[in-house]
This record gives sequence, C-alpha cells and structure tokens, in this order.
Amino acid sequence: MRSDRGQSAPLGLKIAAACGLLFLHLPILLIFVYAFTTEEKSFVWPPPGLTTQWFAVTWNRPDVWEALSLSIRVAAISTAIALVLGTLCAAAVSRTRFFGREAISLLVILPIALPGIITGIALRSAFALADIPFSFWTIVLGHATFCVVVVYNNAVARFRRTSGSMIEASMDLGADGFQTFRHVVLPNIATALLAGGMLAFALSFDEVIVTTFTAGQQQTVPIWMLEELIRPRQRPVTNVVAMVVVLVTLLPILFAYYLTRDGDQIAGSGK
Amino acid sequence: MTSAVSFKQVSRHFGSVRAVDAVDLDIAPGEFFAMLGPSGSGKTTCLRLIAGFEQPTAGSISIFGERAEGVPPYRRNVNTVFQDYALFPHLNVLDNVAYGLMVKGVGRVERLKAAEEALSLVRLPGYGARRPGQLSGGQRQRVALARALVNQPKVLLLDEPLGALDLKLRENMQEELKSLQKVLGITFVFVTHDQGEALSMADRVAVFNDGRIMQVGTPEDIYQRPRTRFVADFVGSSNVLPPDFVQRYSGQHRWGSLRPESIRVSGATSGDGVAARLVGTNYLGATTRLALDADGLRLHAMVPAGTALPAEGEAVMLTFNREHLHLMDESA
Repeated sequence: MRSDRGQSAPLGLKIAAACGLLFLHLPILLIFVYAFTTEEKSFVWPPPGLTTQWFAVTWNRPDVWEALSLSIRVAAISTAIALVLGTLCAAAVSRTRFFGREAISLLVILPIALPGIITGIALRSAFALADIPFSFWTIVLGHATFCVVVVYNNAVARFRRTSGSMIEASMDLGADGFQTFRHVVLPNIATALLAGGMLAFALSFDEVIVTTFTAGQQQTVPIWMLEELIRPRQRPVTNVVAMVVVLVTLLPILFAYYLTRDGDQIAGSGK
Repeated sequence: MTSAVSFKQVSRHFGSVRAVDAVDLDIAPGEFFAMLGPSGSGKTTCLRLIAGFEQPTAGSISIFGERAEGVPPYRRNVNTVFQDYALFPHLNVLDNVAYGLMVKGVGRVERLKAAEEALSLVRLPGYGARRPGQLSGGQRQRVALARALVNQPKVLLLDEPLGALDLKLRENMQEELKSLQKVLGITFVFVTHDQGEALSMADRVAVFNDGRIMQVGTPEDIYQRPRTRFVADFVGSSNVLPPDFVQRYSGQHRWGSLRPESIRVSGATSGDGVAARLVGTNYLGATTRLALDADGLRLHAMVPAGTALPAEGEAVMLTFNREHLHLMDESA
C-alpha cells in the first residue's frame, strides 16, 4: 500500500477543493461588499461606489432595533427553556431504564428531523385550536421545540461518558440529590450544556420557517430581512444587518465547536 | 453484642430474577468479612443493600442495631470503595478526599487537613494537587480508600477492590488493606470472586451462589471443611468425589472432597490405593499439578516441584490419608 502521509495532494484535487470552498463562501463575502455600496435600489456589480453611510442609517432605524431585540429575547428564552428541559430529559434517558425509553429518545429528536414547515403548520393549527393568540410566547414555544433537541443531544452524549458510579459515590459520601447535582453532575456536564446552549441560541436566532407560522405581527431579524428585500428601499441596510447576523451566529457556533472538541480537558479546568 | 451488619431473611428480586434470596447474615464489629462467589451470585447486590443503593424486596437489614431499610445512602454511616473507584474527574485528589466532609459542611481548612491526613494513611502524602487522571490505577484506588476513610465510617464496603490491579500490586494491597483494617478497627466488608484473596485477607468468608449463602466460616473452615460440592469446587478447586467412591473409603454414602495436595502419587502398579492413569502435568513453579484419570473419575493432585514423576499416560497408584477425605452434607 502507498502511504500518503506527508505527501502533497494532486494539483487537480487542490483546485477542486479551493473551488468548493470559494463557492461556499464567496456569496457571503458578496453580501458584505454590498453593505458598502452607494447604490440603494438594486444590487449592481461592481458597486458604483463605496460608503459607510448605511451603518449610520441602520443604527437610526427603529424597526431594525425592534427586530434585533425580539430575536435576542426569543433566542435567550428558548435557549433557557431548552437547557432545563433538554438536560432533564437527557438525564432521564441516560440514567434509568424504563418502558418506552427509546421511543422517547426518538420523539425528542424528531422536531429537528422534521421539516420546519411541518412543525410550523402543526404549531399554528394547535395554537388556533386552543385559541391562543400569536405573541412573543408562541414564537418562543416554536423555537424551543428544536432548541431542546440540540441541548438534549449534547447533554445525552456527555451523560453517557460520565460514569454512573460517580453519582452513587457522591451519595455514598453523604451528599443528597441536590448537593450531588450541584457538586458532581453540573461540573461534569457544564461544557456540554454551554455548547448545546450556544448552538440552540444560534439556531433560534436565524430561524425563519417556524417563526413565520408562529409569529403574529412581530418581526424577528430574519423575517424583517425577508420583508426588506421585497421593498427596494435602502437595500444596503439589509446587508449591514446580515453582517451582524453572521457575526452573532458564527461566534457562538465557533465557540461551541471548540468547547466540545476537547471537552475533556475543559471539563477538568473549570474552577 | 450488636452485629455491625445483620441480614434477616433479606431478599432482593429484580422481576423474576432472585439476585439475593432469603439471606441471613451477621457480621461482627471490627471483622474483616469477605463475600465470595462467582459473578451473578448476589454478593455485589448484598454489598449494595448495605450501602443503600438497593432496597430489599423482603426481610430486614440493620447496621449497628439501626434499621437500614428506607434510609438513603447519604444518611448511612457506611462508605464504599467502588470497583471503578468513581473518583470525581473535575476535582483534584485533595478535594476528592475532602468531598464527604465538604457536603457535611466541615470548614475548608479543617476538611483539607483531614484529607491530607487520610492521604498519608494510604501512603499518598503530597498527591493532593494532582488530578485523578494523572494517577496510576493503584494510586487511584488509594485515593478512593482515603476518600471513604476520611468520613470515619462504621463499616467500609469494598467492591472487588483489587480486581483492576496487576498481580504484584494486588499482593501489596492485600497486606496493606489487612494492616489498615487492624489499625483502624473498622468493620471491612469486601466482595471478591477470587478465592485466594478471600482466604488470605478475611477473618470470615461467606460463599455465595445463586443469591444464597452456601457457607459462612473462617477461611480454614471453608477450605478444609466445605459443606457442599459447590463450595469445595469453587474454593480451591478441590477434588469432588461421588458418594459411591467415598463409600469405599469411609463407609458413608455421601459426597466427599479431597484437596489436591492431600493426594500422593506413586509409580507402583499394585498395593493399596486407587489405580489411575496420569493424563497431564502442569508445572506451576513451586508445585506441579497432575491431572489423573481414576477409572473415569477426573482427579487432580498437587505435588512439590522436583518430585520424580512417571511419564504421561502411565499407570500410577494414588494414596491419601483417610482423615483428609472430607465428607460433605450432601448424600445424593
């Protein structure tokens, strides 16, 4: 057999890989460039001129602030709900054996496997049936359905890696249930929860489909952007917001990736 | 005198599985007590019943005279050394050892001092700042021991404490555990499937099989005077002799056992004794183990190394002292 270690890949493969990466990321850069264009009615390439005025315009638009604030509040509360429910569910599934355990595990994961449009329609008809008016809380509820999954997946993986006898050891040494959770369980799953929470936050922040079905007149950032694109007025403002969205979602995802990648060392050093 | 641990008709059933079945047991204070048995024999479940991780399906357990049923593990003055040690990976060694005192609300300075002392007791002074992940298996076990002892339990439970260690370390730990137990005077209850370990360390041994105790006694009792075929066979691989064979030598129609080291082997072809054929030799260092076939009955003999031996396949004559032939309770 031929060993490829240390050997360079063929030129053709390199070019193909570079093209693939460019194809994935050039359009995003394009969005960034349009945030500086002087043309406001349509996207013209190359941009006729460059300006930073759109940052100031965006800053002074109250609808942008409303959308941003709504998105952040929805993401934060959905994530909080997901952290509590996802952790509890993961603990139950990984710690005990009971009838229907596998079924519950599958049902919890289902919302993320299901197309968002199904979740959206289902929730909308459920809300209508129960006569629940659309509000901030209906959006939160919709987002929580898939946020729980993300937290659950992270937590369940960590629970499986932590030895069950550690909890027994804690009880044996005189710690009651709460003390055991506080001093043994939580420190061992903390990084998994942080990573899951950040992913959940990022997912909620750029969610469109479920939101369109569960929001009333309120606009989250992605919905606001969709509306903006239909009206040709101050188009680069959308691009400025897009840049912010990319940063707000990318940073937590990167951070979460680093946390789970070498979670073991981090789990030990959290003091 | 109150027993350290007392089981009265204790059963623990998991569905239709009788993990522990109507067990009566009394462990004296300050005793080094071994629960010996093959895996699945109920010995570990008994240990977990004492620790409080399991509740009995029937019967009653008392620890130093106090009823233990319904008392959660964290309210029992009993500590466990787990088979996988179960150290907390996010805490350093000193905080691991001090954990029991911490949850009881002992002040930081005081509990770290006690933990330091416990580490000296298990001969790991100065290891406090390390993480469990940086220790060897033997060191982890000592930390687990210190973490249990720092709470000054009335009963210390050890679940296969030496199972994961290599032979040399194991022998050292056996001696150390025994001397530690003498110094502290705490009741030690340990679970093992290794009969050598049970015989060499314990004051008394309970032999478990199928959720029941087959026999309780001193190591000598268990080894020299097994009551059942199972005990004879499990503890030290005795030769189990069927009633018909035993009747010829003792006059009683009962099962018997004969230790391999009680059999003498000679090359004589006539005279008193059991005619047999040598079918295999197994060199063990200080002794040689012989496999013999006495008219269809497979026997083992242990002879000192250096004994002149007939070649494999040859006829031999087996002799033994009648008093070494131990009669068991079973007659059929």
